[in-house]
Amino acid sequence: MSVIRIPPTLRDQTGGEREVLAEGGTVRDLLDDLIGRFPGLREQLDYANVYVGGEDIRTREGYETPVAESDTVILLPAMAGG
Amino acid sequence: MSSYREFLQETREQIDEVDAGRARELYDGTDAPVFLDVREREEWDEGHIPGAVHIPRGWLESRIEQTVPDRTRPIVAYCAAGNRSTFAAKTLEELGYQDVVNLAGGINDWKRRGYPLEVPKGGLEPEQRTRYSRHLLIPEVGEEGQLKLLQSRILLIGAGGLGSPAALYLAAAGVGTLGIIDADVVDETNLQRQILHSTASLSEPKVESAARTIHALNPDVEVKAYQEQLTSENVERILSDGWDVIVDGADNFPTRYLVNDAAVWHDIPLVHGSIFRFEGQATVFKPHQGPCYRCLFPNPPPPEFAPSCAEGGVLGVLPGVIGSLQANEAIKLALGVGEPLIGRLLMFDALTTTFTEVALRRDPDCPVCGESPTITEYIDYVEFCNPVRA
Repeated sequence: MSVIRIPPTLRDQTGGEREVLAEGGTVRDLLDDLIGRFPGLREQLDYANVYVGGEDIRTREGYETPVAESDTVILLPAMAGG
Repeated sequence: MSSYREFLQETREQIDEVDAGRARELYDGTDAPVFLDVREREEWDEGHIPGAVHIPRGWLESRIEQTVPDRTRPIVAYCAAGNRSTFAAKTLEELGYQDVVNLAGGINDWKRRGYPLEVPKGGLEPEQRTRYSRHLLIPEVGEEGQLKLLQSRILLIGAGGLGSPAALYLAAAGVGTLGIIDADVVDETNLQRQILHSTASLSEPKVESAARTIHALNPDVEVKAYQEQLTSENVERILSDGWDVIVDGADNFPTRYLVNDAAVWHDIPLVHGSIFRFEGQATVFKPHQGPCYRCLFPNPPPPEFAPSCAEGGVLGVLPGVIGSLQANEAIKLALGVGEPLIGRLLMFDALTTTFTEVALRRDPDCPVCGESPTITEYIDYVEFCNPVRA
């Protein structure tokens, strides 16, 4: 199980949870597990950047980036507030 | 008990001296020594040896280690006529400086021989020296840095949650010109966090309230107020006023994308900040050296996925933290010191009091700053999505 951090703009979809544990060896597996439990997240995740170990998965192997149990996955959607 | 004359004579016998001719040879030679001016500020301002460092005699012991950390470095100490610097040279030797000489005849003799002299232009006024004294004491700022700040022009997008603390700290720091763009008037719901404004400024345009607060804090600062919403129509006019740094504290996506594209095309560093509920983030988009906003988010999300502070709420102190971080980055960029948040996004969670950093990289396929840009003119997203304005 790896920790996925839920940003404040997506927490309405996770019942207010700030962190969710998810199962899987890659980003894709973890997000599938997450969406399985919180289907409302599906479309919004298309607009979120994903970081594993502080690095953008686009600079690694995209959704196939491996995730270790000790890794924290950060979801980062754009936030406009000022 | 010795008289001043005797004491001066005794001290002079204990130190080494050079005359102006020899000092000039050292000055022109390879591995020139440090020329240390120990006179008072006003004397320094009237002209000093170019490249010299200045520590008034009274501050010598406490500041020399910072200015000349290497005690083996040769030093030529001077004052007006060579008397004060005699005592300075002696003090330096007592502090362990191994190669100190006194310039006999001081800068007066140096000047008489027509040797090079630097007269600082447009230095700080005496009141400014007092106002910014805590900056002047920092080696990375000093008088040169403070003059740089006073000549800097920083544009703030928004005089709201983020713009308030950013503008206040930039003004206090003595940034010479602050541009402020905001179309709104002060509303009661703003006062929980927008500390540029007050109950007395309700219903007043935010740019006017901001200008008044800033002038009260620091009359050195010129405020250029733009009471309008940034659009593709006015962005070129506003940017053509010339800005060194832009601080983005906008409250909506259309403005943020517009500002990003403008910053890339005008090659102006953009200090980004955004906030929502208990969390905020800050980064610096430096065109062509680091990523831009579109490298991170190529297109704005649909409005239903992007709640504003007006819809979702925000902790009042949060913009204080993020806006202050933005001011810090803007000041560093204006001074050219430190390591700005380029290629790094700093996230702050006020509820757990944690900072997290992730790496941001340039996207070679970025539609604006990438190798083959597909966006080459301004887009008014406001026509396509219209989020509730905070």
